[in-house]
Amino acid sequence: MLVRVIAFSLLLGLSARAGTLDDVLARGALVCGVNTGLAGFGLPDNRGEWRGFDIDYCRAVAAAIFDDPQKVRFTPLSGKDRFTALQSGEIDLLSRNTTWTQSREAGQGLLFAGVNYFDGQAFMVRKARNLKSVRDLKGASICVQQGTTTELNLADTFRKLGISAETVVFTGGDEALKAYESGRCDAYTTDGSALYAQRLKLSAPGEHEILGETISKEPFGPVVRQGDDRWFNLVKWTHFALLDAEELGVTAANVERLRQSDTPEIRRLLGADNDFGAGLGLPKDWVVRIVKAVGNYGEIFERNLGQGSPLKIPRGLNAQWRDGGLHYAPPVR
Amino acid sequence: MTDFLRANFLPPQPPPPMRAPGWRSKLFGDARATAITVLLLALAALVLPPAIRYLFIDAIWSAPDGAACRAPGAGACWAFIAAKSPFFFYGAYPPAFYWRVNLTFALAAALIVWLLHPKIPGKGIALGGFFLGLPIIGFVLLHGAPALGLPVVGTNLWGGALVSLIMALAGMAAALPGGVALAMGRRSELPALRWLSVATIEFVRGAPLIAVLFMANVLLPLFLPPDWAPDRLLRPMFGIALFASAYMAEVVRGGLAAVPRGQGEAAAALGFSRWQSLKLIVLPQALGAVVPGIVNNFVALFKDTTLVAIVGLFDFLHAIDVARLDPVWAGPTIALTGYIFAALFYLTFCLAMSTYARGLENRLAAAKR
Repeated sequence: MLVRVIAFSLLLGLSARAGTLDDVLARGALVCGVNTGLAGFGLPDNRGEWRGFDIDYCRAVAAAIFDDPQKVRFTPLSGKDRFTALQSGEIDLLSRNTTWTQSREAGQGLLFAGVNYFDGQAFMVRKARNLKSVRDLKGASICVQQGTTTELNLADTFRKLGISAETVVFTGGDEALKAYESGRCDAYTTDGSALYAQRLKLSAPGEHEILGETISKEPFGPVVRQGDDRWFNLVKWTHFALLDAEELGVTAANVERLRQSDTPEIRRLLGADNDFGAGLGLPKDWVVRIVKAVGNYGEIFERNLGQGSPLKIPRGLNAQWRDGGLHYAPPVR
Repeated sequence: MTDFLRANFLPPQPPPPMRAPGWRSKLFGDARATAITVLLLALAALVLPPAIRYLFIDAIWSAPDGAACRAPGAGACWAFIAAKSPFFFYGAYPPAFYWRVNLTFALAAALIVWLLHPKIPGKGIALGGFFLGLPIIGFVLLHGAPALGLPVVGTNLWGGALVSLIMALAGMAAALPGGVALAMGRRSELPALRWLSVATIEFVRGAPLIAVLFMANVLLPLFLPPDWAPDRLLRPMFGIALFASAYMAEVVRGGLAAVPRGQGEAAAALGFSRWQSLKLIVLPQALGAVVPGIVNNFVALFKDTTLVAIVGLFDFLHAIDVARLDPVWAGPTIALTGYIFAALFYLTFCLAMSTYARGLENRLAAAKR
């Protein structure tokens, strides 16, 4: 009965709201659901101001709509209430390292607007051990957090590879890390993005490395409600515009100058001649607004996760397709 | 009948000591006391030097980032606390308006001192100020009122100690009147009122606070249109106030039961009205009898405010928990430093509460003698 009531009120909620963009414009601010705290992706700084990769995606959408990246209200959400907050209309956009899976789109009324970070389960080992791939972990002992998909992936991978390894489980991630540091295990495994943050908690981060190989697929992306295609398109194309800007070399520093560029792709992207924003409900210079506010995809990545941050995550799968990565954005045309 | 007479008298005893034994004879009076004292001193000698070295001597007091704290042998990283303290105390509240937060809590502290200190007169004014004035003035100051020239600061920006203290203050301010009302309702002769009070108390006490917070946070917005759903800060505040009231009701009921029937009857015989009897005779005795229970509830409530973290609010503890993830500072000593600081914060407030309660108990006991 309770479930039916919830489902009914959900339906009501969905049908009552057709235009998220209109709501956002009327409110004067985008409401963005973010992580309660994840290094590099979303974390309040010393003054409580939100910073991170997922945060900049919210700011990019706000910049496209308002030409002001500050017009965002952040709602920190736990893993449990993130989808309800989106379904109930409490937030307009969920930008919170959420893995894109089939059941979330087919069963929970959600739509992923793209993949902005390709994550996967990885391994941290001591540099001195000189290990290069997962196969080299044959016979090693591996620290892992209990009851997570991480533990299952680990067992599957080693069965598939036909090698044996000792799995040492811990109830918490920090405990597993402590055990790894004390030498109880040869390797520590969890999602790659988290490994780089965990490594900084060690007393000598420089003596440890993260293997480039990953054993699971964790594609993260911004999420919206089903039933509002216009809003879905706006978020999706904000993501693509960030990627296209990087591909064409448009940065926060040169975007104003490049509006006078002769390159046709850049002129189209920046709305120099044609108006590609109108279809999204945005003005002609929407990409200029985005890039001026937060930079292109590469700038966002390097500032929060890459070389400009303490995490120093290599681009890897998150490089542009021309550089051997997976990011391939359709053109603005 | 046989008479019993004592043949041998007991030997005379020396008179009891005129004053309490000195600390020397307390600590080393006999073999057992000496053994226990030596054992505990040895334990202190084992634990204290490393603790002092970690907390003070090896501690890093100022540093621009976590590099110095990551060095081997480094102690507590107080530089991290110093750098993050605006976030720990005010959350994301705009620094230009910190004075509004400070003023609100200064006002609250002044009113609490006025209420609790026995020598300051005018308790009636203080009472009205605390339960009516403070919530209104506090809301205007913290949230803002554009009409008065105070720009609005949305509750999504509130955090840290600000949220912890507001939750605790709201809970305590609601718990005492709410608890008295529910306890009186439970003892009422009107069945409907009695059943309603019993149902409220038992339902709220029967559900875990975490469940109440989740229900308030997840279900309310689903049932209400988005514009009606209460603020993310108000939802847990309401849950905590309800919870604290239900627990307080049972404590107050214990106090009411301890007041002899004759007290109320005597008051009635002297021509006191129901309210006069309640206000002047019954409640002072009832509440006085359960001061330890009330303070115990307040201490528990203050620490329970940390549970609001699970609905995404940045209370003091959660702010520390999140700040330690910052890659600029992350290091082996950061988590421990943060939690020591949190422990000190909660300890300070809880100690203050229990110290006051002890003083009050002594005062009430003196009145009974």
